Amino acid sequence: MGTNKKRGMQSIAFTNPPVITSWASIVGPKEGEGPWQKDFDWVLDDYLYGEDTWERAETKLLRETVKLAINKASLETKDVEVLLAGDLLNQTITSNYAARELQIPFLGVYGACSTMAESLLLSAMLVDGDFYARVIGAACSHHYTAERQFRFPVEQGVQSAPTSQWTATAAGAVIVEKLGIGSYITCATVGKVIDMGQANMADMGTAMAPAAVHTIKQHFADMDRPTDYYDLIVTGDLASYGRDIAEQLFIKEGIVPKPNYSDCGVLLYDESQKVNAGGSGCGCSAAMLCGPLLKMMADGQINKLLFVATGALMSPTTIFQGETIPGIAHAIAIEN
Amino acid sequence: MNNTTEDKLKEIAIEEYDNLVEQVSPKRPLVKDCIWAFVVGGLICLLAQIIQNYLVLRGLTTVDAGSATAVIMIFLAALATGLGIYDELGKRAGAGSIVPITGFANAIVASAMEFKREGYIFGVGARIFSVAGPTLVFGFAVSMLIGLIKFFIAS
Repeated sequence: MGTNKKRGMQSIAFTNPPVITSWASIVGPKEGEGPWQKDFDWVLDDYLYGEDTWERAETKLLRETVKLAINKASLETKDVEVLLAGDLLNQTITSNYAARELQIPFLGVYGACSTMAESLLLSAMLVDGDFYARVIGAACSHHYTAERQFRFPVEQGVQSAPTSQWTATAAGAVIVEKLGIGSYITCATVGKVIDMGQANMADMGTAMAPAAVHTIKQHFADMDRPTDYYDLIVTGDLASYGRDIAEQLFIKEGIVPKPNYSDCGVLLYDESQKVNAGGSGCGCSAAMLCGPLLKMMADGQINKLLFVATGALMSPTTIFQGETIPGIAHAIAIEN
Repeated sequence: MNNTTEDKLKEIAIEEYDNLVEQVSPKRPLVKDCIWAFVVGGLICLLAQIIQNYLVLRGLTTVDAGSATAVIMIFLAALATGLGIYDELGKRAGAGSIVPITGFANAIVASAMEFKREGYIFGVGARIFSVAGPTLVFGFAVSMLIGLIKFFIAS
């Protein structure tokens, strides 16, 4: 049984394309030292953000980003009908606590570092499906909460692998509306979980690259669009080696993404910032989208963007049990 | 039948992918890492030796001076961890700063600092050995084993 919105195997086209009317991003000090300082709404000067734990700081980061997106549209929190948000922490506690304080009806989502695409995709579906007229999608990560959950204590003297990535302290939020002025979300591809047998927790780009390429390939096939259709295709957080692998896989699949292809994990930091392969975390793609990328769209520097946030659906528990790292990627087309 | 063919194809795809990863992945700067580890590890040991010699000079027996030196080195590493110096050293020196007893102290103090916010029982108390635990467990196990060997050979 078909629907009038489904396209091909995994994609959907929005028949009444929802509009991105407002967006906001807040980032940590290190992210603010990168190349995009002036494109983010706010750069924190302290990782604790005036709180006494990293987790509270992350909650505040997400909450304030959501509030900022709402304020920038001259709205109040009660005007937003539903909040879709996610983060990296167990039980998505950051989002839960932020939603407790925001008092916007809340749906928690989890897609590891692909969360921004997932929350945006679902927001667009809810709006196009006529369930709501104004929805906010958000994602957030904090370097130090992620480090202690997935890796080592902060003060532990360990050597990081060159393939390892720096979890971004950043949050992004997007208001998606039925009517308004802004770029449109025209279509999207829901990704499959792809696992190519990678199990190195210090090399997540490699685990995610096949998922990103699979989703992008499926997107072009489903939507019947030429592979040079987009001004920019940007993956989430493959970082430099994951991107190199993705480029090789693109060639193998007959897609020529260059020069229109890049990766948020590569873009977020300067090479001099000692982040090894690049950035990662939900906040990496969320802040890049809700900072520089949507700004470039508003300025008309980019008119057709394919945003493909990628997630390594990894748990230290199962990795220690000998499991491999499943990857996922969702694609969203944003057009002027 | 169908299943096995699919499994085979998946296996081949994974093997191909592993090869690609192998090609693209950076090699660790092994020589540089080794030099860092050797120099830093050596300096830590040199410092300990100086302390031990000084203690012997001041009248302690070699055995007592060894114990006292270990205590002093652990204190210094804990202090350096608290001041945020040891992790910076560890990022470069790797095994050079992990293998000496100072690395063990760093692992324990770093865990204690990290989990203090969850309270003294469920945080510090429960998690203090989260990194250093394996060293203790296998250290004890090997000590017992050697003890047993000595016991049987000596008797």
